[in-house]
Order: sequence, then structure tokens, then C-alpha cells
Amino acid sequence: MLKKIEAIIREDKINDVKDALRNLGIVGMNTFEIRGHGRQGGIELSGRSGTFQVDMLPKIQVNIVLSEGNVDEVIKTILGAARTGEAGDGLIFIYPVEEVVRIRTGERGRDAVMYPGDIDEKKGKKK
Amino acid sequence: MENAINAGDTAWILVSSALVLLMTPALGFFYGGMVRKKNILSTLNLSFIMVGLISVQWVLFGYSLAFGDDVGGMGLIGGLNYLGFSGVTGAPLAGQTIPHLIFAAFQMMFAIITPALITGAFVDRIKFSTFLVFSLIWATIVYDPLCHWVWGGGGWIMALGALDFAGGTVVHIAAGFSALAFALAIGPRKGYPGVLMEPHNIPYTVLGAALLWVGWFGFNAGSALGANGAAANAFVTTNTAAAAAALVWMLLAWKDGKPSVLGIATGAVVGLVAITPAAGFVTPGAALIIGAVAAPVSYYAMRLRHKIGFDESLDVWACHGMAGTWGALATGLFASPEIGAGTGLFYGNPAQLWIQFISVVVTIGYVFVVTFVLCKILGAVMGLRVSDKAEEVGLDLSEHGERAYS
Repeated sequence: MLKKIEAIIREDKINDVKDALRNLGIVGMNTFEIRGHGRQGGIELSGRSGTFQVDMLPKIQVNIVLSEGNVDEVIKTILGAARTGEAGDGLIFIYPVEEVVRIRTGERGRDAVMYPGDIDEKKGKKK
Repeated sequence: MENAINAGDTAWILVSSALVLLMTPALGFFYGGMVRKKNILSTLNLSFIMVGLISVQWVLFGYSLAFGDDVGGMGLIGGLNYLGFSGVTGAPLAGQTIPHLIFAAFQMMFAIITPALITGAFVDRIKFSTFLVFSLIWATIVYDPLCHWVWGGGGWIMALGALDFAGGTVVHIAAGFSALAFALAIGPRKGYPGVLMEPHNIPYTVLGAALLWVGWFGFNAGSALGANGAAANAFVTTNTAAAAAALVWMLLAWKDGKPSVLGIATGAVVGLVAITPAAGFVTPGAALIIGAVAAPVSYYAMRLRHKIGFDESLDVWACHGMAGTWGALATGLFASPEIGAGTGLFYGNPAQLWIQFISVVVTIGYVFVVTFVLCKILGAVMGLRVSDKAEEVGLDLSEHGERAYS
């Protein structure tokens, strides 16, 4: 079973998260620049005379597709890299993935998202 | 030697004219940074097109109405003797040492920037065709007569003895209070004040403020109409007031939150506005005070506007109307006979303050009423605003068929 992890993180945390995931053996990922807000509802900025509220803040969304068994480990890794403890650290969503097809080869399922040296292969080596 | 061309004076006014011309596109950037990205081209263009429109108006008849021979000795309007720049030649006017042509061109740059200043009031929603008609008429029935009253030979405010070195009344009070009238007539931007309208490019605003500051040396030091001690004094007072106002604005913003860069840039402009009428009449020390006081005057005027919830969008009234008013009155306080041809209250001439007060009140009354009536008429005939849909899409696309950032 494949899963998709969608992590919404701080803009300034993308490099930490990317490096941590790479060390773990996550090879493929997509990132998006997004805007939004959660519980905090936004932040206060300085204007010409006084302050104003901004409710849509820039964030980065990281998408990863991986096999189910690795989800917890990846979540732990993202938490470790993206957390500051302040409001606005973000959220992680996990979805089931129906199917994946690699365009170049036509491979389907887990084969389509496997890379040499990726997280599953690393685990295989450990065994 | 009186009334011969002086090469140094001429060179400086040629350069000053170019510097003041630069201020109008600079103003476009100053304003443009503060609007949303769907309106940046429109906002830049509101200023830029004034260079085109008012240059032509000035050559055809504007200069004549402002500086032509006074009609009927009433001090109200210039005659038609300079229509199409006829009689405007390389020979100097009486009492001047520069070609008449460059005097007329220097004055033209002031006529160009004044209607451009007003545009901050109605960004994001103005109908471009109406704006062109408005600006042409406004230049003709507001700017040109006012310019004649204050600076034209035989103008009645000049005859009173009012001091306006470089356009405190003619440019800044006129633009500021016309902006107030226009904002009243056109109404708020769609969604104001609930919808966030964050400045889309503060670097543009800082760039604009920086170019305005540089251009202002031409504006104020050029108004000495020569390369001389008066120009040097105006140059120093200009810089001093801008610097003081930028610092004080920074402190005010800091007190209420953080020292915003947008605020600091605005403060500099406000200091430049306030020193404009006084530049050639006051000491650098007085300029320091004039600039320092200008910042709270405009800062709190701006906060008052926000409190009332009135959408004079980019605070032309607060920054130009109010700082200009302060500057014109301050000229009546600080004008030193050691510096220029004016004596203020602090040098034993309280009457000057009264004269300044009259010139301010008359300017405010005239520009406000005429602009408001003109807006009402144009609103009925052509409409002032674009449709709601066009406003939502943004003026770049709906009025110009372009987008700024592809």
C-alpha cells in the first residue's frame, strides 16, 4: 500500500526538512509555495502608520509518496526538522494512494517510486 | 550684471528641470509599490502620462495662463500672450539670468507633478479616460490660476507678500486637498476597509522615495533660479528637513510597533514637502525643526484617516496637504531676513504668519471646492470609477490590457 504525505511547513524550514528526508533515504519529493493560515489566523505586520493583520501566510507544502511501512519514520523526521514550537509550524496530512505510474518505463505501484538507495532499499541492506 | 544670461545659473536650471521631471515617474514608483500587484501598471501610468499630457497643455496654453501678462490687473489669471510658447525665447525675463525658455520648462515640471500627486487618492478604481479629462481641466482651472496667484507677475497672493519658495501652496496643499475632495467624490475601493490591501512591492516605494529625494534638490534649490547662495541654502535645508522627518517618523512607528521601512520612506517625503515653501527663506536649524514637526503632523493625520475609515488611499492629504500646510505656516514663523527675502514671526514680523495663513486657507478652499464640483460633473458625464468587475480584475488588465508580471 502506498501513502502520500503532504507536509505544510515554514518557508525557512524547507532546507532542514529536505536534508533530513534525504538522510533518511527519501529520494523523490515535490514542493509547492502556498499561502494559508491555521489556528493562529495570521500575523501582524507594520504599515505606514501602525500595524495591520495579514491572514494568508506563505508556507511550503512538501509531497512525498512512499510505502506504508515508512510513514511513521518519515513523520518523525519531519517533526524533528520542521518544529520550532511556535504557532505556525504547520501540519502533516496522510492520504492513501490508489496507483502510481512511472511515465518513462510504465512501471506501476511501489516499483514506480523505488530508487536505488531509497528508504526501502536502505532497510533491505540493514537486514 | 543684471538681466544678462548667466551660464552657471542656466546650467543649474537645466539640470534642475531634468531632476524635477524625474520626480513624476519616481512618484509613480512611490505610489506603485503601495498598491496591489494588479494595479501597478495603472498606478505607474497615472503619473507617467502626466508628463505627456501636461507638457502639451503647458506649451499650448498652461504656461500663458500661469505666467502670462496679468489680465485686467486683478491678479487672478495670466493672459494669452504666451500661447504656444510664442514670445518664450532664449532671452531672459526681466530680473532673471536664464533663458525664458528654460524658466518656462522648469515651471512645467511643477505643473506636471502636481496632478500626478493627486493620483494617490483614487488608485485601484479610477476610470482612465475620466482621469485624463480631469487632469487636463484641473491643470487649467486649478493649477494654472493658483500658480499665477502665487508666482505669476501681478498675482494677488504674491502681492499680499505670501512666501512660497518652491510650491508649498501651489503644489502640495493644492494636490493634498484636491485628493481629499476626489476621494470623497469617488468613494472607497471595493472591500475597503475589510479586505487586506497589502503593499505589493515596498522596494518600489523606497526606490520612488529615494528618487523623489534626489529630484527635490532640483525642485527646491532650482527654485532659486540661479546657482548661488540661495540655491545652496535651499539644497541644505531640503536635505536636513527630509532627514529629520525620516528619523522622527521612524521613532513614531517604533513607538507603535516596529520601525517600518515604508514609514521611514514616507517620513522622508513628508519632510521634503514641509520644507518646500521654506527652503530658500530659513536656516538649516529651522529646517531641522520644520522636518521634525512635519512627521507627527502627517503621521497622526494618517492615523486619523484610518480611524475615520476614509479611503483617501495613499494619504496624499495626510502627507502633502497637511505637511504642506505646516510648511507654509512654518515659513511665516522661521523666515529669516539673513537668508532670503522674507521675515517671519520669530524675527519680529508676526504679520507674515497671518499672510501665510490667508494663502493656505484660500488655497485649500479654492482647490477643494473646484475639484469636488469638477469630480461631480465628470462623475455624472463620464463616470469616475470603473465597473466593480473591472476593479476586481485590476486596472492593469481591465484598463490597459496588460499584466505587470508575467
